[in-house]
Amino acid sequence: MTELPPRRRSVRKSHTFDDAALDYIRHAAWSGLYRIRGYGAKRALPTFDDLLMKGASMSRYPLEGYRERCDTDVVLGSRHASKPIRLKIPVTIAGMSFGALSANAKEALGRGATEAGTSTTTGDGGMTPEERGHSKTLVYQYLPSRYGMNPDDLRRADAIEIVVGQGAKPGGGGMLLGQKITERVAQMRTLPEGIDQRSACRHPDWTGPDDLAIKILELREITGWEKPIYVKCGAARPYYDTALSVKAGADVVVIDGMQGGTAATQDVFIEHVGLPTLVALKEAVQALKDLGMHRKVQLVIGGGIRTGADVAKALAMGADAVSIGTAALIALGDQDPHWEEDYRRLGTTAGAFEDYQDGTDPAGITTQDPTLAARLDPVKAGHRLANYLRVLTLEAQTIARACGKSHLHNLEPEDMVALTVEAAAMSGIPLAGTDWVPGRG
Amino acid sequence: MPPEVSATNVHTLDLGAMSLRAVNAELQSRNGTGERYHYRVVNPHGAHALACGLDAALEVEIAGNTGYYCAGMNKQAHVEVKGTVGTGVAENMMSGRVHVHGNASQSAGATAHGGLLVIDGDAGARCGISLKGADIVVKGSVGHMSMFMAQAGRLVVLGDAGEALGDSLYEARIYVRGSVKSLGADCVEKEMRSEHMAELEDLLARAGCRGVSPSEFRRYGSARQLYNFKIDNLDAY
Repeated sequence: MTELPPRRRSVRKSHTFDDAALDYIRHAAWSGLYRIRGYGAKRALPTFDDLLMKGASMSRYPLEGYRERCDTDVVLGSRHASKPIRLKIPVTIAGMSFGALSANAKEALGRGATEAGTSTTTGDGGMTPEERGHSKTLVYQYLPSRYGMNPDDLRRADAIEIVVGQGAKPGGGGMLLGQKITERVAQMRTLPEGIDQRSACRHPDWTGPDDLAIKILELREITGWEKPIYVKCGAARPYYDTALSVKAGADVVVIDGMQGGTAATQDVFIEHVGLPTLVALKEAVQALKDLGMHRKVQLVIGGGIRTGADVAKALAMGADAVSIGTAALIALGDQDPHWEEDYRRLGTTAGAFEDYQDGTDPAGITTQDPTLAARLDPVKAGHRLANYLRVLTLEAQTIARACGKSHLHNLEPEDMVALTVEAAAMSGIPLAGTDWVPGRG
Repeated sequence: MPPEVSATNVHTLDLGAMSLRAVNAELQSRNGTGERYHYRVVNPHGAHALACGLDAALEVEIAGNTGYYCAGMNKQAHVEVKGTVGTGVAENMMSGRVHVHGNASQSAGATAHGGLLVIDGDAGARCGISLKGADIVVKGSVGHMSMFMAQAGRLVVLGDAGEALGDSLYEARIYVRGSVKSLGADCVEKEMRSEHMAELEDLLARAGCRGVSPSEFRRYGSARQLYNFKIDNLDAY
C-alpha cells in the first residue's frame, strides 16, 4: 500500500481575500467606520509609463542635447486676464492647504516653486502670510467651503482657481480631521477646534456652468479683470467638464486624474472613483480641440506625475503644463527612509505611510504637531523641491530635443507610441507597431 | 450708521448708458481712499455682479432689480437695493450693510464673514449657507436648507423657515418668529436666555424692525453631535 505524503498545513492565501481585504473587513467590523486616509490611489493603473517616446533618426532630426535651445516657458491665462501668469517651467505645484500641511511645508513649497520659476497654490484653508511671502506666483483657490475667503487675498493672488473637485475624490468635499484642527487652523476656517471638518462638495452660491459663468464674471469684476481664472475639476467626465469650463469663461482648465493625492478622504473614494490621468488628459485635449480652443484656453493636468518623462508625455498629448502634489511632498522629504524607525512605530514603513489625516507624519509635512513640523527645514526642503523641479524640466527637455523640438510645447502625439492595448485606448496614442487605437473608427 | 453725505455729493451712474465694468470701476475707485461718497445706480436691469468688491465707506443706492452676486464680498459700503436681488446677494460680505427692499433669491448672504444683510421681503433657499460671522435679518420667510453648514453669525427670520433649517450647523445662531417646516441634521431648538433676547433686540433694532418683540422668537442652534465621526450618527445623514 502506497503511503500518502503527510497533509501539509495550508499556506496558500486567497487572491480574493488577500491581506489588505482581510484588514479592511476587520477594520470595518471592529470600528464600524469606513477607512479614512491620505496619500492617493495605490492600485495599479495605466500610466504614462505605458507610452514611449519615439525620438528621432532619419525622418526627424534631433537637436543637440547640450547646445541647442529647448524652451520651457508657459503662459497661463491669456484668454481674458490682463495679467496672465508667466512661468519658466511647465510644472506647477498643486493646491494643498495649510491645515493639511504644516506652515513650514507650505513655506517650503513656495520657496521651491519660486526658486524654480513656477507657481504654487493655496488650498482649503485660506492664504497664509508665510505662503504669500515666499511664493512669487501664487494661485488662490476658490473652494466650496470658502474657508478664509476674502477680497483682499483675492487681489493679493496672481491667479484664482475655482475648485470644482479633485482627482482623489471627484464629487467629494475637503476633509480635515480633528487632530489637525489646531487653534490657528480653526481660526482661519471659522470652526471650533478639534472637530472633524467635512467641507461641502458643492459651491454654496452656484450650480452648473451657467451659474459658473456669472461667478467668474463676479470674480473678474472684483479683481479688475487682471487675474487668470482657472477651473479645476477632478477627472469624472473630463470631455464635458472641460468643454463646460471653457463655456463658462475659464482662462485655464485644470484636470486632476485619480492618481492625485489628498490629505484625507474615504479609502473607497480614493481607490474607486474617478478616471486615470491618461484618459482624463486625452478627453480634455479632445474637448479643447473640438471647440477650437486648444492652446487658447490652457490645460493643466495633474495626478501621479513623477518624472520628466511623465511631463514630456503629458505635454506631447496636449497639456500646456502639469501640476504635482504628492511628488512635491516627497521632494520636500515625505516618505523618507530617514524616519524609518518612526514609520515602524506607526505600524508602517517609508513609502507606505498614508495616515496624513492623523497628523502624525514623521517627516513633519502633513501635520500640525509643532514638534514634528519643526523637523522640516523650509529652506533646505524648498531647495530640494527646486532641484527636483529642475530635474523634471531637464529630463523633459532631453526627450524633447531627442524628438527634434525646440520648445516643450512642440512635442506632439505623433512622437509617441503606446505599449499596451489599454494605454492605446485610453490615451488615443496608437499601439506600437500599428496605427491602431482601440475604439477609434 | 450710513455715511453722512450731502445732496450735492450724489453721483448718478446709469447702467443703461455705461458698461457694468465702468460702473463697478467707478465704485471701486474709492476703495482704500477713506472717502465718503453717495452713488445712485439707475437702470440696473437685473445686472449681475453689480457693486461687488467695494471697500470704502460708500452709500450706494441701486434703483431697481439686480441679478446674481449684488454687493458680493462687500467691505464697509452701505448698499441699498430698491428692488429684488438674484442669487448670492452680499455673498462673502466682510463688513458694511446691504439692504434689499424686495425679495432675495437663493443663497442670500452665502459665506458672509461680517456686516449686516437686511431683506425686507422673502429669501429663497439656502439663505445664510456656510455663514461665517455676518448677521442676516429677513423680514419675510426663508426657503429650504437655510443656514446649511453655517459656521458663525446669526440669522433672524420674522416669517417662516422652510425644510431642513440649519442642517449640519456649527456655531451660528438662528431666530425664527414663525413656523419651521423641519430642522436639518444636528439642528435643535434651544432655550432663549437673556443674552439671546438682548442680541435679538439689538439685531431687530439695527434692521429697522419696529413693534417686534424678541419674545416672539424661538432660537435654534447646533446639537454638536456631528462635530466628530461616530458610527451611531449614521442615521443622521
